[in-house]
Amino acid sequence: MQPLTTEQVRALIAKGKLKDTLFQALGIIFLAIGVAVIVLLVGDMIIRGSERLTLDFFMNFASRRASQAGILSAWVGSLLVMLVTALAAVPLGVAAGLYLEEYAKRNWVTEIIEINITNLAAVPSIVYGLLSLGIFVYAFGFGQSILTAGLTLALLILPIVIVSTREAIRSIPAMIREGSMAVGATRWQTCRYHIIPYAMPGILTGVIIGLARAIGETAPIITIGALTFIAFLPPVPFTATGAEGATAGLFDWLMSPFTVMPIQIFNWTSRPDPAFEVNAAAAGFVLMVMVLSMNGLAIWLRYRLRKNIKW
Amino acid sequence: MQIHDQPQLKAEARNFNFFYGEAQALKKINMPIYDKKVTALIGPSGCGKSTYLRSFNRMHDLYPGNRYEGEIRFFPDNTNLLSPEVDPIEVRMRVGMVFQKPNPFPKTIYENVAYGLRVRGENNKRVLDDKVEQALRGAAIWEEVKDRLQDLAPNLSGGQQQRLCIARALATDPELLLFDEPTSALDPIATGAIEELVHELKKRVTILIVTHNMQQAARVSDYTAYMYLGEMVEFGKTDEIFIKPKDKRTEDYITGRMG
Repeated sequence: MQPLTTEQVRALIAKGKLKDTLFQALGIIFLAIGVAVIVLLVGDMIIRGSERLTLDFFMNFASRRASQAGILSAWVGSLLVMLVTALAAVPLGVAAGLYLEEYAKRNWVTEIIEINITNLAAVPSIVYGLLSLGIFVYAFGFGQSILTAGLTLALLILPIVIVSTREAIRSIPAMIREGSMAVGATRWQTCRYHIIPYAMPGILTGVIIGLARAIGETAPIITIGALTFIAFLPPVPFTATGAEGATAGLFDWLMSPFTVMPIQIFNWTSRPDPAFEVNAAAAGFVLMVMVLSMNGLAIWLRYRLRKNIKW
Repeated sequence: MQIHDQPQLKAEARNFNFFYGEAQALKKINMPIYDKKVTALIGPSGCGKSTYLRSFNRMHDLYPGNRYEGEIRFFPDNTNLLSPEVDPIEVRMRVGMVFQKPNPFPKTIYENVAYGLRVRGENNKRVLDDKVEQALRGAAIWEEVKDRLQDLAPNLSGGQQQRLCIARALATDPELLLFDEPTSALDPIATGAIEELVHELKKRVTILIVTHNMQQAARVSDYTAYMYLGEMVEFGKTDEIFIKPKDKRTEDYITGRMG
């Protein structure tokens, strides 16, 4: 074969570069579509809801009059439910991930468990709601409480926590584990001094992303029967309750009825009075800010914690 | 060979076979390890020298499907290191290891060295401080790091990291120290420092070192074993192996005709 002339080489390169440019242009267009949708959504919510975004909106309970209705019980409920979710899902998920990565022998039992966990992440959230209705609400008698909601959402995000824990553990090089075992450490000492701390950034990221998903979940919370109209807050521990001379116990709030942000939004959008749409837009915006700041926190935490971990 | 200048045995492999699943990686290895001496394992890549080395602290137990056959006797108590009744953790408490690539933990210099002691339940700060200093001095790195013990270990240079790893292994006073090609990731100056250190360390600890570098084996070791395809081809005093090898295969490898 004859070697190519300079002109031929240049023509070839030009042809290749044309495709480069085309693909780049296409990529930018597609990206712009995605960004535009988000900007429009958020922008629309801000514009429509802006008149209601005052301090009162955050400090008022639900009301029959749109202009006086607020999201106090909803955001407090969301925060408390998230607290229960995190407290339940993190120890369970981290322990499960740690066991699967560091202790479990590879055999068909662990294979099946692994396939199950992967599939759990794809189970529709309403199914978790039905499960919890049967188990937590009726069998355990937790009722339609913050505890039930927290545990339901904990089940929902458990696969996310397990998978992110396992991925974080897998990214730790084998030589670190061997270095620890070589001085005579047990598996648990290796986990406690090395694996868990070094996996922590990845685990936290997974947990927060899981919580960000959970905070927006509506279906399972409706299934377990969260109320849509709540004009009181869960009892603060050790303060007086309505009853004569009684004070609330440390954990009474767990059993309190509640509502959460997405349910409040759903409730407002389903009202005939268009004034409530403004409330829904404002609450939607607040929920968006909550989710975005959780994601932001995940990124910041990962950056902070990873700085000191390198091999 | 004169019997009277024969040093004491620290360990001895007897009919030792090793299997990765079905594949036999080591075949009928018989070899003495002499007390307070440096023994070098040489041989071409894939000959099984690292596999052999990692049997001395039961590193293979960390992964499924590995199997030992035969014995590695450990003296003076004549324990069989490979026996299923012997806990691998007990073995690793007595046999230290330095890896091919420096693997300090992403913790402070101090915590890296103190780790072996913490694992043994030592939490007394005075004792830890003392032992950490001793180990760092023993690994010839004390002067360089004494003012920054709370710095993160991965920020040290490669050579310093490797000496830190040696200090980490020394802190728990091992009887046998395994080196798995400890200088293969280091520059010539750092390599020289490690070799000097090995020479110094044999006053207090028995050393088994895998090396790709024959000059290194000749420089640092008292005894050398040549391995090929999972077999122990030849074992002897280092000068004898390098000057007049008995086996044709050893000679070919040493003179560079193979490997």
